[in-house]
Amino acid sequence: MDMINIALPKGRLGEKVYEIFERSGFECPSIRENNRKLIFENPEKGVRYFWVKPSDVAIYVERGSADIGVAGKDILLEYEPDVYELLDLGMGKCRMAVAAKCGFRDDISKTLRVATKFSKIAADYYAEKCRDIDIIHLNGSIELAPILGLSDVIVDIVETGKTLLENNLEPIETIVPISARLIANKSAYKFKMEAIDRIKASMEEIIKAKTE
Amino acid sequence: MIDETLLKNEERAVYSLRSLYNRFGYRLYKMSKFEEYDFYARNKDFLISDGILTFTDKAGKLLALKPDVTLSIVKNSKDGTKTLEKFYYNENVYRVTKGTHNFKEIMQTGLECIGDVDLYASCEVLMLAVKSLVLLHEECVLDLSHAGLLSALLNQVTDAPEVKSELSEAIVRKSADVPSALLKEEKISKEGFLLIKALMAEYSDAEAMKAALCTFALSEESAASLDEFYEIVKSLEALSLGKYLNISFSLPCSTSYYSGVVFQGYVKGIPDRVLSGGRYDGLMKKLGKRAGAIGFAVYLDNFERFGEEEKPFDVDVLLLKEDGVKTEDVIAAVEKLSEDGSNVCVQSLVPTDIRYRRAIRLGEKGMEEL
Repeated sequence: MDMINIALPKGRLGEKVYEIFERSGFECPSIRENNRKLIFENPEKGVRYFWVKPSDVAIYVERGSADIGVAGKDILLEYEPDVYELLDLGMGKCRMAVAAKCGFRDDISKTLRVATKFSKIAADYYAEKCRDIDIIHLNGSIELAPILGLSDVIVDIVETGKTLLENNLEPIETIVPISARLIANKSAYKFKMEAIDRIKASMEEIIKAKTE
Repeated sequence: MIDETLLKNEERAVYSLRSLYNRFGYRLYKMSKFEEYDFYARNKDFLISDGILTFTDKAGKLLALKPDVTLSIVKNSKDGTKTLEKFYYNENVYRVTKGTHNFKEIMQTGLECIGDVDLYASCEVLMLAVKSLVLLHEECVLDLSHAGLLSALLNQVTDAPEVKSELSEAIVRKSADVPSALLKEEKISKEGFLLIKALMAEYSDAEAMKAALCTFALSEESAASLDEFYEIVKSLEALSLGKYLNISFSLPCSTSYYSGVVFQGYVKGIPDRVLSGGRYDGLMKKLGKRAGAIGFAVYLDNFERFGEEEKPFDVDVLLLKEDGVKTEDVIAAVEKLSEDGSNVCVQSLVPTDIRYRRAIRLGEKGMEEL
């Protein structure tokens, strides 16, 4: 039986995603052992899991090292990997938003300075609005940028909005809702379609039951 | 005599494919390495990658290292004849690779059939596409779609260009949440939603595809395109190629260039498509030609590591020559040691980065196995 290689995002979301795989009948008990291993397999169920940095899941899938994986819609929109997006897991729900200091007023006579980790998403969003912007690409602590005057606004993921509020920032526009997606390598899907579709269908049932 | 074991995967592939295309009467087309940059700039949508490597020649003209071959063949094709021009090529192209954003030289082979392209010509090209894949690896799949049919069906679902564009992209990604959201927003009907879901599915044969699509009321345009696509797939199935075929409307295809059947090939173990082609009458028209055209390219850049087994040795024999040994004696020793097909590397000292199966010292008294 062909093994299905599955890239899971490290962290809280990855643990929750694994639970869905487990409840769908694709368990791998060794993954719960407390060690530093990165690869776990259950030949009986035909699955092999590995933990990957969340922003790298799409790369592993696109390049075929993983047949399927779970990645956030933010990563898919930013990097546009050439993969199939088979299922919205409805998990890790948040939104990509524009945020600024409370009471911010956009001066449209000036170029808007936008600090973000998601340069492509920001560029596409403002291009549609024909707004002239200067993108400042940062790798973390994006909220600091408007506070220290580095930028006018930020484009970042917003979950509860608590971090923004505690720093006297507020979301001013929602760009797109974000959630975790089951993605598949296109070539792997052609040769392992039955197995991948079975996994997808089982997960869909679990997710549907959860939301009802 | 060619020692095939010395050929790289890509070289072996080129040789086999060349032989295949030759057998069906395709002629080798040798083209220049450079083309005027302007030509590609006007047809950028047809190119796979954004970047084009340019330079200025001695006359001050801006030239480009070829990112594509089809455009050049089409530009130089005859027009208005009832016969077919059948060419194959083996060229290096220069593209920006995704992720690295650097230019890379990619070996590409392929063929073009230009002229009065009828059902037979289309099927011949598609058959050669399948045979090309099978030559590379028995476990392969040719995904088939039809640009005209897809466009006609999308036109049935919506008139709004932005909704059509959203649905097109969703079909390519198989993102079922997009049509669900559009249905909720009442931008498409329930029937339209179900049609989009049918377009996201994959079909193992022509009958399954036809049965699925005929459950919907089809426009005249859709029905005509469906009939054409169905006939092509059935013809291929009649050639016993069915087991290699898969119908998938998730193939990306620009309708400005592609008008009919579109296809992509996959080989098990290679993560990306290795073959891509289609009926590109739209491109012909754009370049001012009246003829039809169909062709495909085989991308060999992914074959470097394909099926590779790590060799335990870099050379069979390391021949360490001592000082004072005459040159003619060294050569004679190499020739003797390589008589059984071994490769021999002559060094004065043992190199640290070469793995060898045997080491032999050559002194004035002769050879000694170490």
